[in-house]
Amino acid sequence: MPNSNYNSPSKEISVFRRLTNVLATAFAITAAVLVILPLLAIFIYLLTKGVQSLNWAFLTQLPKPPGEVGGGMANAIVGSGMILAIASLVGIPMGIGAGIYLAEYGRNLFGDVVRFTSDVLNGVPSIVIGIAVYSLIVVRQKHFSALAGSVALAIMMVPTVARATEEMLLMVPNNIREAALGLGIPKWRTALSISLRTASAGVITGCMLAFARVAGETAPLLFTTLGNQYWSKSLNQPTAAMPLQIYTYALSPYDDWHKQAWAGALILIIMIVAAVAAVRMVTSRGTLKGAS
Amino acid sequence: MMPDSEKPTKSPSPIEQTPKPVTAIPTLAQAATERKPVVRSSVLDRIRKTHPASSRIPDAVFRVLILLTAISVFAIVAFIVYELIAKSQPTLHAFGMHFFYNDEWDPVNDVYGARPFIYGTLVSSFLGLLLAVPLSIGVAVYVTEMCPILLRPIISFLVELLAAIPSVIYGLWGIFVLAPLLRDYLQPFLAKTLGWTGLFTGASLGIGMLAAGIILAIMVLPIISSITREVLTAVPQNQREAVLALGATRWEMIRMGVLRNARIGIVGGIILGLGRAFGETMAVTMVIGNSNEISKSLFAPGNTMASVIANEFSEATGDLHLAALVEIGLALFLVTLVVNALARLLVWSITGPTGRTRA
Amino acid sequence: MGVGIEVHRLNAWYGKNQALKSIDMAVPANHVTAVIGPSGCGKSTFVRCLNRMHETIPEARAEGEVKVGDMEVYGPDTDPVEIRRRIGMVFQKPNPFPTMSIYDNVAAGLKLNGFRNRKQTNELVERSLKLAALWDEVKDTLHKKSGASLSGGQQQRLCIARSLAVEPQVLLMDEPASALDPISTSKIEELIFQLKQHYTVVIVTHNMQQAARVAELTGFFLMGSLIEYDKTEKIFTTPADKRTEDYITGRFG
Repeated sequence: MPNSNYNSPSKEISVFRRLTNVLATAFAITAAVLVILPLLAIFIYLLTKGVQSLNWAFLTQLPKPPGEVGGGMANAIVGSGMILAIASLVGIPMGIGAGIYLAEYGRNLFGDVVRFTSDVLNGVPSIVIGIAVYSLIVVRQKHFSALAGSVALAIMMVPTVARATEEMLLMVPNNIREAALGLGIPKWRTALSISLRTASAGVITGCMLAFARVAGETAPLLFTTLGNQYWSKSLNQPTAAMPLQIYTYALSPYDDWHKQAWAGALILIIMIVAAVAAVRMVTSRGTLKGAS
Repeated sequence: MMPDSEKPTKSPSPIEQTPKPVTAIPTLAQAATERKPVVRSSVLDRIRKTHPASSRIPDAVFRVLILLTAISVFAIVAFIVYELIAKSQPTLHAFGMHFFYNDEWDPVNDVYGARPFIYGTLVSSFLGLLLAVPLSIGVAVYVTEMCPILLRPIISFLVELLAAIPSVIYGLWGIFVLAPLLRDYLQPFLAKTLGWTGLFTGASLGIGMLAAGIILAIMVLPIISSITREVLTAVPQNQREAVLALGATRWEMIRMGVLRNARIGIVGGIILGLGRAFGETMAVTMVIGNSNEISKSLFAPGNTMASVIANEFSEATGDLHLAALVEIGLALFLVTLVVNALARLLVWSITGPTGRTRA
Repeated sequence: MGVGIEVHRLNAWYGKNQALKSIDMAVPANHVTAVIGPSGCGKSTFVRCLNRMHETIPEARAEGEVKVGDMEVYGPDTDPVEIRRRIGMVFQKPNPFPTMSIYDNVAAGLKLNGFRNRKQTNELVERSLKLAALWDEVKDTLHKKSGASLSGGQQQRLCIARSLAVEPQVLLMDEPASALDPISTSKIEELIFQLKQHYTVVIVTHNMQQAARVAELTGFFLMGSLIEYDKTEKIFTTPADKRTEDYITGRFG
C-alpha cells in the first residue's frame, strides 16, 4: 500500500521515461519497416518492369544494333553461364582445398597467416581484382576474354568457399576421424571420404553462397571480359555477360534498351535464385533419414 | 589354456620406481608360442598381396596438394599487390604524394590528382553510413529485443536478402526509380527547407552525391545490421535481467544493459560497413553522375575512387592515365585493407575469433 | 582365431609428460584381458599404443616393442595404417559415420581401402553384423537407415561390426559400454564373451564389476605403470599388491 505521505516525484519522471520507451520502440519498428521498403520496392519493380519486356525473343536473340527495337540477351545468358561455370570449376576446388588445409593441417602459425590472407582477399573491392587480372592476363594476351573474367570471379569465390569448408570441417567431431583412422583408413582418405563427406551439406551451402555472390558481379568483368554484342566463338574472346549487358543498357539513351535492362535484371535474379534452390533440392534429397 | 600364476610376490615398491608387474601371466615364453597366427588372411590381406600399398606416399602427396591450394591464396593476394604497385609506377614517380592532394584530373594534358575521388568516396560513404547506422541498429534491436519470436526469422531473412541483390541491379533501380523520386520530390523539398546549409543547392538532377549516399546506405545496411545482431545476441541474458530488476523500462534496459555492452562490436560492424561502402562500385557509378569536380552540394554529381576506375579504365588514353587509375586502385586496396582489419579486431573482441561468444 | 600380444618396455609420452613407464605385458590369444585403474593411470593410452592410435594426437609419442602375432607394431618399416587395419578398435562413445547407411558404415573399412568385390562385401557385412548381434535388428533397413539413426546400444554394436568387417585379429575396446544404459551394456558384455572365440580382446574399463564379469585376465595400471597382472579371479579376491587391493576395495580411484 503506497504511503500517502510519501511525496515522490516519480510520476513526472515516469512519464518522461515511458515516453522515451514508446518513442524508442516506435523508432525500432519504423526502422524495420523502412528497411523492408526498398527491398519490396526493388522486387516489385523488377517483377513488373522486367516481366513486361520478357519474351521469347529476349531469351533467344542477339542484341540489335543501338537504336533498333527488339532483339535479346541470348548471348549474355549463355556467356554468363559459361563464365560462371569455369569460375566455379576453378574457384571451388581451390577454396575447398584451402579449407581442408586450414581445418586438418593448419592449426598453427602458417595456418593463421593463410586465414588472415583469405580474409584480406575477401575484402578486396571487386574492381581492384578486375584491375589486377586485367594486368596479369588481358595485357599479356593482348585481348579480352571470357577466361580472364572467369579467373577474376574464381579469385572472388575462393575465400568464401575456404571459410565455409573450414568451419564445417571443424564441426565434424573428432571421434569420427578417430573411428576412420582406427579402421586403418589413411589420413588423406579420412579427410576426403569421411570428414569432408560429413561436412558436405555445409560446404555445398558455402559454395552456393560464393556462386550467388559472383553471379551478379559486374566490376571484375568490366576490363576482363568486356562484353560482346554477338556470340563469342571461343573462350578467348570478349564475351557477353548478363551484368555487363544490364550495365551497358541501363546507361544507354535508348528506351528499349532500358526495358531490356529490367528484363535482364529479372533473369539474373531468377538465375541466382534457381541455382540456390537447385542445390538445396539436390542436397536435401541426398541426405539419409535420420542423418544430421 | 590358462597359464599358471604362481610366482613369488614382491613387496610393493615406491611409486617413483617403475614397478614390475607382480606376476606375469602368461609367461613371455608361453605368449611366444601363442603368437604364431593361425593362417587366416583377411580379404584385405589378399588384395594387399596383389596391390601392396604403403599409405605414406599418398598421404604425403595429398598433404602437398592441399598445402599448394593454401599457398595459392597467398599467391593470389601477393600477385594482386604486385600488379597494383608495378602498374602504378609511372604516376607514383611522376607525382608522388601530390597525387592525393591535387584536384586536377586532366587526361588530355596528363595531369592527375585524385582529390576529387577521395572526396567523393568519403562523402558518399559517410552519407551512406549516416543514414544506415541508425536504421541498422534500429532493425537489429527490433529483431533481437522487441520482435515477436515468429517474425524474427522472416525479418532477418528479408534483411539478408538485401545483401544478395547484385550491385548492378541496385544501380538500375537507382537510375530509374530513386533518381526521379529524388529529382521530383525529395530534392526540391530539401532545397526549400535546408538549402541555407549550402548542402542542397544547385540543379536538381536526381543523380548525384545524394543518390549515391542513399544507395550505399541500403547496401551496407545488411552488414551493419547482421553484425549488430550478432553482438547483441552475444550479450549474456543476466545483463538484461540485472537492469530490469532495477526497475528500468524496456528501452532503458536495452540502452544500459545491451547496447552499452555491445558498443565495441557495433562500432566494428559500422567500420566493416564503411569498408564495404568504400569499395562499392557499380551502383555508385550508375547514380553518381560522373563528374571530376569537388562540390559542396549533395545535389551535384561527382565521382568516387571506384567509379572513376569503372568509368575511365576501358578507354584510358595512354600509359600515364592508366597508371593513375591503377594507383587509385592501389589506394583503394590499402584503405579497405586497413579498415577491414580494424573492423575485424573490434568485432572479435566481443565474439572471439571464431565468431562464437567468448566464455 | 586371434593372436597373442607381447609388450616389452613400452613407454609413452604426451609432450613432456610420461604417461606409460616401461610396460611389460603378454596377452594370450583368444582371451579377454581387462585393463583397469583409476582415471589418468594410462590404461587408455596403453591400449591406444597397441594400434598406434596414440601418435595421432599432436605431440604424443611412444617407444618400445609391441608384437601382435608376428607383426612388429613399432618396427622401423612398419606402416601404422597397416597396423590399424589388423587391429580393430571400438571407442567409448559410439561413433558411426553419420552420413552413411548402416551397410556403408560396416563396409567403410573395406571400401575405403580399395576392396571392390560387391558379393564378398555383402557377405562380410552380414557376417560382421551377425557377430555383433545386430543383424536381426537391421537386416531390413541396411541401406535405408543411416548409422546415426540407431539407439546408443545399437550404434555401439554397429561400431563393433564395422571393426570386425576388416577381419582383424585383435579387438581393442576402450570403455565400450560406459556411455550406454544397463541393458545395452549387458548385451555388449555378452557379445564380448562370444567374440573371444574368434578374436583376442583387450578391454579398458573403469567398472570393476564389468572386468570381473567379462575378462579372464586383468591388468591393474596405476600412474603409468602396470602394477599387477593376473587372473581376474585372483586380482579381485586375493590381490598380491596393496595398491591393487586399495583400488579394488574403493579406497581411491
